[in-house]
Amino acid sequence: MLKAQIKVLLKQSVLDPQGQAVEKALGSLGYNNVEHVRVGKYLEVTLAENNREAAHKQVEEMCERLLTNTVIEDYTFTLVEV
Amino acid sequence: MKFGVVVFPGSNCDLDAYHLVKDVIKQPVDYVWHQEESVTGYDCIILPGGFSYGDYLRCGAIARFSPVMKAVKEFALRGGLVIGICNGFQVLVEAGLLPGALYRNTVLQFRCQFTHLKVENYETPFTETIERGRLLKIPIAHGEGNYYVDNETLRQLESNGQIIFRYATEQGEVSDTANPNGSVYNIAGVCNANKNVLGMMPHPERAGEAILGSEDGLMIFDSILKHWEGSRL
Repeated sequence: MLKAQIKVLLKQSVLDPQGQAVEKALGSLGYNNVEHVRVGKYLEVTLAENNREAAHKQVEEMCERLLTNTVIEDYTFTLVEV
Repeated sequence: MKFGVVVFPGSNCDLDAYHLVKDVIKQPVDYVWHQEESVTGYDCIILPGGFSYGDYLRCGAIARFSPVMKAVKEFALRGGLVIGICNGFQVLVEAGLLPGALYRNTVLQFRCQFTHLKVENYETPFTETIERGRLLKIPIAHGEGNYYVDNETLRQLESNGQIIFRYATEQGEVSDTANPNGSVYNIAGVCNANKNVLGMMPHPERAGEAILGSEDGLMIFDSILKHWEGSRL
């Protein structure tokens, strides 16, 4: 089996209100060297599939169709054996 | 004129929309369950507010794959009138029936308040009978109503007249202070290129009776009715 580890982040051009709030909170905890924070999502999708190429293609399609909104989000993923 | 109010698991403004159509503008109306595969027989479909599918993943992301949405999409492509309110707007952008995306308010708060809307285009079925220059006082209630489009799409929307409502102050000034959620260009509502599909974050169905603090939402529904009557002549 293969597991897709998918990371989703708002595009750089899209303002990230959550990231800004976390950034401020870290600052107020005294972490004065925090330059920038962005908050995203992490998803794991395990597939009954051993062919990496097929899995890659399928996960990409899932990301485009449902898992992310490509108007505002970017995604990256890696496939690991499980 | 027959209305259909779509009900997703998690919709919660379906009753408000149904009430407005049935008891205030006095037109026939049905609830349409999300498993329905047809919307034949309806003249206008309302996608109501709420938290369809618990807003899991993203608001509207899962609802767009409901069987009924396939039918709504076909209905819209044939020119049928569709209005998505709040979560219904989120479903329409996720379904690709409207451009852009809706995400977390910049203020990080759920905003529940009256807003004042400036009408940007009167040549749509949803706005054609609204008095020119009149601001609409209509409430919002959302945490993820921050409308985003990139600059190029914004220019296209502007030149096509697809921007329908913008947040303004009570005096009618479109400004940052009037923007409750960080939306690009203060956008509160947009329509598709054909002008038969409208999405808006404010709730016109909650502004249809004086007891609710405003009747301005009725102007949108009156416009829809008159447009429909006119199209039948």
